[in-house]
Amino acid sequence: MSKFNRRDFIRWSAGITLAGGSLGIPGLLLAATRKVVVVGGGVGGCTVAKYLRKLDPNVEVTLIETKKAYTSCFMSNEVLSGDRTLASLTFDYEGLKRHGVNIVIDRVTAIDPAKKSVATEGGQTFAYDACVVSPGVDFKWDAIEGYNAEVAETIPHAWFAGPQTQTLRNQIESMPDGGKVIIVAPPNPYKCPPGPYERAAQIAMYCKHHKPKAKILILDPKDRFSKQGLFRQGWSKLYGFGTDNSMIEWVGAAGGGTVEAIDPSTRTLQAEIEEFQADVINIIPPQKAGKVAFASDLAEGDWCPVDKLTFESTRHPDVYVLGDASSAAKMPKSAYAANSQAKVAAAAIVARFNGQSPGEPTYVNTCYSILGEAHGISVAAVYNLDRGSNTILPIKGAGGLSPMDASEEQRRREVSFAHSWFKNVIDDMMG
Amino acid sequence: MRYKNNIAILALLMILPAFSQAESPSGQALAFTCAGCHGTDGSSVGPSSPSIAGMDPDVFIDVMKGYREDKRNSTIMNRIAKAYTDEQLKGMAWFFAKQELQVSPQKHDPQLAVVGEKLHQKYCEKCHEDGGAPGDSGTLAGQWMPYLKYSMADYIDGLRPYPRKMKRKVDAVIEAEGADAVPALIHFYGSQQ
Repeated sequence: MSKFNRRDFIRWSAGITLAGGSLGIPGLLLAATRKVVVVGGGVGGCTVAKYLRKLDPNVEVTLIETKKAYTSCFMSNEVLSGDRTLASLTFDYEGLKRHGVNIVIDRVTAIDPAKKSVATEGGQTFAYDACVVSPGVDFKWDAIEGYNAEVAETIPHAWFAGPQTQTLRNQIESMPDGGKVIIVAPPNPYKCPPGPYERAAQIAMYCKHHKPKAKILILDPKDRFSKQGLFRQGWSKLYGFGTDNSMIEWVGAAGGGTVEAIDPSTRTLQAEIEEFQADVINIIPPQKAGKVAFASDLAEGDWCPVDKLTFESTRHPDVYVLGDASSAAKMPKSAYAANSQAKVAAAAIVARFNGQSPGEPTYVNTCYSILGEAHGISVAAVYNLDRGSNTILPIKGAGGLSPMDASEEQRRREVSFAHSWFKNVIDDMMG
Repeated sequence: MRYKNNIAILALLMILPAFSQAESPSGQALAFTCAGCHGTDGSSVGPSSPSIAGMDPDVFIDVMKGYREDKRNSTIMNRIAKAYTDEQLKGMAWFFAKQELQVSPQKHDPQLAVVGEKLHQKYCEKCHEDGGAPGDSGTLAGQWMPYLKYSMADYIDGLRPYPRKMKRKVDAVIEAEGADAVPALIHFYGSQQ
């Protein structure tokens, strides 16, 4: 490293500017402080804010989020088994403030890429040199007839951790033994691909002890799902899957698992072939990028295309889209993916501010599912960028699923590593 | 004509590397991806994935190669380690070597830790110097206790190869002190904050 660093350069160039008198004070200020506005305080938004400050303390970072505290979706299935409270998933933004991030609680209405500014419902505007958008997903409410945001208050999606997670937990607790729970899984792509199947296991984990005659049925518009072999194996071992007395049942597309309509008053689902009635219904609707992505012209189809070298939008320069809302094939829509993408984007933005080209990116995804008290499984991948096709490709010969023949001890350890992952990823994004 | 061809080939050769050799991500960029499980800059907040901040770079490389070649039992690291070249492991190793280990307090039995300290001095200190502080025999002091427990179980069950001399010492401490020897050592390491 040269002893002549960036700060020296700024001082030096400021001296030249002052001597020349051509740019004057505003030009000087612009050179000294670069502003990044982050929209959304989830995994992508928090991680990019923290790492921008870590990589370059001269960057001024403002994060705008609607809620005062963050509640993680990952691990929220454990609320359904009773293993965890919602409070244990809720974290404030004080950690990010300690990193020098300005936290603004407000709702962003739109980003104006021409003026390079962000407007909020509260009437504030924020100018930016770079804007990072990480709004997560929104639902396609028109996909299942009779299901909408209002109905979801009583027939919850529970796909954003919060009050609906508690509603679903309460409904499962108060249903009779011998009661029936239906989970309606969404079509691809959606956030947390193994989530619906882990959810079935977590509900079964509770029922096994408290309502042993209960049944959990998954209606699925797909014929295959994430970690399928491992889920079937775990469900068999723990909940009798595949036997006449199985607690969990799964109906895929070929078996008529696609749900077309719901009658909320009778809790009846109209699927492709037959009707299903249940004591508790959990509908996870089809998904698309969060609202602000559409309001800001960042989406093409359902998701936001990006240059995967930097996560800069291919539609508007200086706007970056991270996490679930981005079209980041072949990474899944997961917390680890958003965390990993945020670091690529933070490094690229800091490089840009310093007049450098972005470094070669590297990405990781790790995703755990907990099927029972001592039964965890995982999938992992390390990715490279294929610049030619702008595709994030998993490195061949690496990554993959937990082995099918793992010992009980290994499955037990994966539960404790899942909990370690949870604590560390939360700390890495906002601690 | 021949001259022109040579020029063309030379020009092609100069351009080719830019296309064929993908540049590797920096050690820092690679190391940043570990944080989701091992904590920011390698200081894990627990409860079981180990801290890797301040780790001796040669130990880091050995450990990763052990995972990469399936010589060391793991749940997930063997799958991840296979993605990296020797050069990349070196880059990550040096990144973590330069980080200061931030130790989080963990629940331990203080009485058992006192027993463990004595055992450590007698059987382990020669290689794991300064109470097992980060060094060329890895990091034990302040390391996450479930991780130490898994590691010791794997050594004893033959799922992880012992380093030179370690088997003799582990056998000796168990023979002399019984089943509580290993837990006592783990509580001693966990007690260091």
